[in-house]
Amino acid sequence: MIWEVGLLCLIVLAGTSGELCVTRAMKTIGEVKDFRPAALVRVMLRAIRVPWMWVGVSLMAIAFFALLGALSLENVSFVVPVTALSYAAGTLGGEVFLGEHVSRRRWAGVLLVCAGVTLVFIGRK
Amino acid sequence: MPMNLNQDVIDAPGDYAPALHKTESHPHIRSSAGLHFKTYILILFIVIFAPVGNVLLSKGMKTVDPVKLHDTEGLIHIFMEVFSSPYIWLGIGFLLLFFVSYLLVLSWADYSYVQPASSTSYAVVALLGHFALREPISALRWIGVLVICLGVLVVGNTHPRTTERHR
Repeated sequence: MIWEVGLLCLIVLAGTSGELCVTRAMKTIGEVKDFRPAALVRVMLRAIRVPWMWVGVSLMAIAFFALLGALSLENVSFVVPVTALSYAAGTLGGEVFLGEHVSRRRWAGVLLVCAGVTLVFIGRK
Repeated sequence: MPMNLNQDVIDAPGDYAPALHKTESHPHIRSSAGLHFKTYILILFIVIFAPVGNVLLSKGMKTVDPVKLHDTEGLIHIFMEVFSSPYIWLGIGFLLLFFVSYLLVLSWADYSYVQPASSTSYAVVALLGHFALREPISALRWIGVLVICLGVLVVGNTHPRTTERHR
């Protein structure tokens, strides 16, 4: 049980911070307009030169292995909904570390997500 | 109902898009119908590829023994077993397709737009888990998945930018 909860926490925390880093990296690349394969390869080559991309990808790799571990213990229809807690982690992180002003409405949404995760948790056989 | 909930967001991925650096490089971005089209297509890819990838990983992981983190020798054995499973490689392939779609859409759309818009993938995972892997899903868990989707839609309906732009 402790391993399980630890793995789920790792998926949520490493996954969310990884995605935030990757988002930052892609924003420095700018909007992709050309979808021909050669152009996409050029975009990817530019993307891997951004340090944030490496931080993000490493964190996402950690989340990936935690996901594999969790999937060996639990059903996918349990593990994936629980990872929705990343919305709560993201919102909290945004407010605490990035100084975002999270509205009541957004907190209400986050609470709904947490309530849903709790139901999924309770509803497991 | 979901359309209404999500109206602001659906109307304006382009408006929110160039969060970090706007104007000079993309002056035309607001009027672009093509931007909406490619955003929807890529979000459709995200909503299909991620759940399929996760379900394939799950299928692959069900064939190995449960992971015990304190047993190093066992971990190496499981590692070898995991990466010789075709389901795992197929799952990784789908997740890579998901990741590329995700990166591309994030190059113009906000994280806080993309993340909620892809919330349907939670429902898709539950459906695939139930029908493809025959996982038993209780009524309570279905309700939980629906509440998660609803919560994510509410989050997506809030204004995506709450901090001052510094550059």
